Amino acid sequence: MQPWFVDFAERIDDGKPTYLACEECGETALAPRTVCPDCGTRTLEERRLSETATVSATTTIFSSIPEYADETPYTIVVATFDEGVRLTGQLRSDGGEIDRGETVTVGAEERDDGWLVTFAPVD
Amino acid sequence: MTVQIAGVASTQFGEHPSSSTRELFTDAALAALADASLSPGDIEELYAGNFIGDLIDDQAHVGAMLADYVGARRAASMRTESACASASSAARCGVHAIEAGNADVALVGGVEMMHASGIQEVTDALANAADNEYENAAGLTFPGIYALMAQVYMDEFGVGHEELAAVAVKNYENGTANPIAQRQEETDVESVLESPPVAAPLHLQDCCPVTDGASAAVLVSEEYAEDRGLETEVSVAGSGQASDSLALQDRPDLARTRAAERAAEDAYERAGVSPEDVDVVELHDCFTIAEILAVESLGFFERGEGARGAVDGETAVDGRIPVNTSGGLLAKGHPVGATGVAQIVEITKQLEGRHPNQVADPRIGLSHTVGGSGASCVVTVLEGGA
Repeated sequence: MQPWFVDFAERIDDGKPTYLACEECGETALAPRTVCPDCGTRTLEERRLSETATVSATTTIFSSIPEYADETPYTIVVATFDEGVRLTGQLRSDGGEIDRGETVTVGAEERDDGWLVTFAPVD
Repeated sequence: MTVQIAGVASTQFGEHPSSSTRELFTDAALAALADASLSPGDIEELYAGNFIGDLIDDQAHVGAMLADYVGARRAASMRTESACASASSAARCGVHAIEAGNADVALVGGVEMMHASGIQEVTDALANAADNEYENAAGLTFPGIYALMAQVYMDEFGVGHEELAAVAVKNYENGTANPIAQRQEETDVESVLESPPVAAPLHLQDCCPVTDGASAAVLVSEEYAEDRGLETEVSVAGSGQASDSLALQDRPDLARTRAAERAAEDAYERAGVSPEDVDVVELHDCFTIAEILAVESLGFFERGEGARGAVDGETAVDGRIPVNTSGGLLAKGHPVGATGVAQIVEITKQLEGRHPNQVADPRIGLSHTVGGSGASCVVTVLEGGA
């Protein structure tokens, strides 16, 4: 696991997630970027990301890669933050189900081999 | 300098337990050379796609290895890698070499051996096309990425799983006529829906199989073809390649493949044709949803209408715009590093009038190959009657 992602996940775990905003064009992105993916300038500024996001897409995985093969089925969530960036993580919910449009909070779990981003529904 | 296709070949797609990357590619290359009436010694440059060989075989430096075993040890050679679009990138390299006047004969192709490893290992290796940190670390698989795209698309346009399944039904049927196809049995909508779930909403029959296979095409300059008296009927009219964000999460619209739109626009412009001119298509149906997204990106259907193609028969062999007459990735199979040239092989046969699912008098053919979830896309336009 790359050091930048460990840093990214640890900030989520600390309750202080961050994102990058372009001072030139307003585009938003996630680490580890030097160049704005939209306008190409080097004017990205690190800012605090909110801890809640809206579910944009979900899927339940029944057949997986070796690392997660023993944990199926589990649900993947792609959630969009108010700031505009999206993030992919695993659902942590008692019911195990979630719909597009629902609000979730972001979290991070440390595993043997690195960090896992999670999302939990907001009651 | 016009680039012509002198010969093409694919191996049988499926399982080749007693073969290997170098042997299977050699089989395809020698068959393509025989089809072109040329010899290994005629090859000046060799470009071959291969995606997961380093992981499965513990063998990199694949370009030189393949050139060596094909009998073209002295040729300029390189392995190209753009995930599942690797072979299409190889074809582009060969086209560019000839167009630039640097070579008269280029052998392009690809090979992938996927069966020897278990399904989990292959799934793990294929996942390298996705973003390792932002996607794989979360446990997102490749079928999972396309499942996310499918969910958004189905939700946005009111499309049901039955309509996705129609793509599999069509392509399985086409595959039964293609002797090299891995899947040789038909299916129906009910069987697709009742096959085991892989990543909701996609089931097993929504997904292409794991395939061993190799394909090759011999590209020559028009001048060389004349000098050698080669019978060439098909030329490369134009190609385009484009990229998008590596991770799906970074795309503004999760159910739209912008790299495909850009590659298609580029290829159409270079070829001087429009979507209405295309007579036959091989496109990247790694999952049923992928064919629906592709026919829209390529301009054959309006956005949100792509599902109509298979449901109403518009993309059937005898339809308005025949798509994947070979059986596509779903039935022919998907040896990832070979797929792009495998598509060119099928289109060339269509334009030469010798395809098992022959379309009536096609003049313009198109191939569309996607790398990853759409971070790479190559579109190639071929023209018959050269």
